[in-house]
Amino acid sequence: MKSRRISLIVNGVRHEVDTLPLRRLLDVLREDLGLTGTKEGCGEGECGACSVLINDELVNSCLVPVLQAEGSRISTIESLASEGTLHPVQQAFAEAGGAQCGICTPGMIMATMALLSTNQQPSREEIREGLEGNLCRCTGYIRIFEAVEKASGQHR
Amino acid sequence: MRSYTGEYELVIAHDVPAALELLACGEEWRPIAGGTDLMVLFNAGKLSYRNLVSIRRIAELRAIESDESSVLIGAAATYTQIRASEILQGEFPLLVKAASWTGGIANQNRGTLGGNIANASPAADSAPPLLVYDAEIELQSQLGVRSIPYRDFHSSYKRMMMQPDELISRIRLPRRRWTREYSRKVGARKAQAIAKVCVAAAATLEDGRMHDVRIAFGSVAPIPLRCLRTEECLRGQALGRETIDIAKETLRSEIQPISDIRSTSDYRLQVAQNLLQEFLLGLE
Repeated sequence: MKSRRISLIVNGVRHEVDTLPLRRLLDVLREDLGLTGTKEGCGEGECGACSVLINDELVNSCLVPVLQAEGSRISTIESLASEGTLHPVQQAFAEAGGAQCGICTPGMIMATMALLSTNQQPSREEIREGLEGNLCRCTGYIRIFEAVEKASGQHR
Repeated sequence: MRSYTGEYELVIAHDVPAALELLACGEEWRPIAGGTDLMVLFNAGKLSYRNLVSIRRIAELRAIESDESSVLIGAAATYTQIRASEILQGEFPLLVKAASWTGGIANQNRGTLGGNIANASPAADSAPPLLVYDAEIELQSQLGVRSIPYRDFHSSYKRMMMQPDELISRIRLPRRRWTREYSRKVGARKAQAIAKVCVAAAATLEDGRMHDVRIAFGSVAPIPLRCLRTEECLRGQALGRETIDIAKETLRSEIQPISDIRSTSDYRLQVAQNLLQEFLLGLE
């Protein structure tokens, strides 16, 4: 099959990439655009490490053929900090100890962004549900949930 | 091992006729919607279909509509859409609950009801509610439209009563009221887990007797199973210890769960009977 030119709007910037249509969005972000903040964990939609937003909706980028994202607005973890200043959600994760090894963190933060965009004061149960598709094996979920509460101004 | 991406073709269909034309052209095209099953196979080097047509942007396949007698769900409607639909929340709560149990939020944003049906897993979360609600599957091809009751749709493990040139276009749910509806999923974890056993059931009661009852289980047979013999032994019966015991024995003979990585046959048999009992006790 032939490559084709696919137009993507990533973190507010339009990119034209020449690629195969079934290629994973995850690989295009990391390999073609150099946005390596988005991680690969399981590669089967179970762990959420590759979470990004497409048109403000949380998705696993390892399961999205790049052609299906054509013309969509894609947001990755790199869109959050600006000029060396962390986004408040990132700051909250740092302060609450919501990141240890860091592999799950970009996905956790993008899931938090999706949650807070529709629910600015989520309960603990709503946080658990919003982040249920993101697995962590070292930080521990409690500090991650506390980070989300901190980010939403519900400091405990 | 990863698949070789260069061996695969993917095109976007913008309307149903464009998708049907590819499915009919004899080159083994298959539809793809959210990719939450097919891309897993692709990433694992196990996706046998080489030519994929994306149907997820076709507006008429995304719609959830209703008329006097039914609610019609477009096959490419996502779990997120199903969870958010007021009419489904009000009249088909078991389907909305199943959508909330499927994967996590990211999978629910991409995964579709039609995809869940076509993936044909006996453990599919949406299957027991669709069986209880007597769903009809609408299939379209270039030859026209036909409908098939969902209870007849899965013929054996991963086999379906549809042709390669056909597309699941809509799922029709007849509107009706039940006295009580019940569902439960038993799995290793609430999110991102495939069911060890899942159940949906509904009943109407008249004068303390079960006037109508429907029971469906997932993960207990090669296909999602409507338990017609168990239903039959309950119909017209008053609730009580004896009725429940007979129903549990009938269920035991009606299901054939296997042992696999998620659970054992014995555990599934016991849990399925316990779930049936929980449903029946809740009717009293």
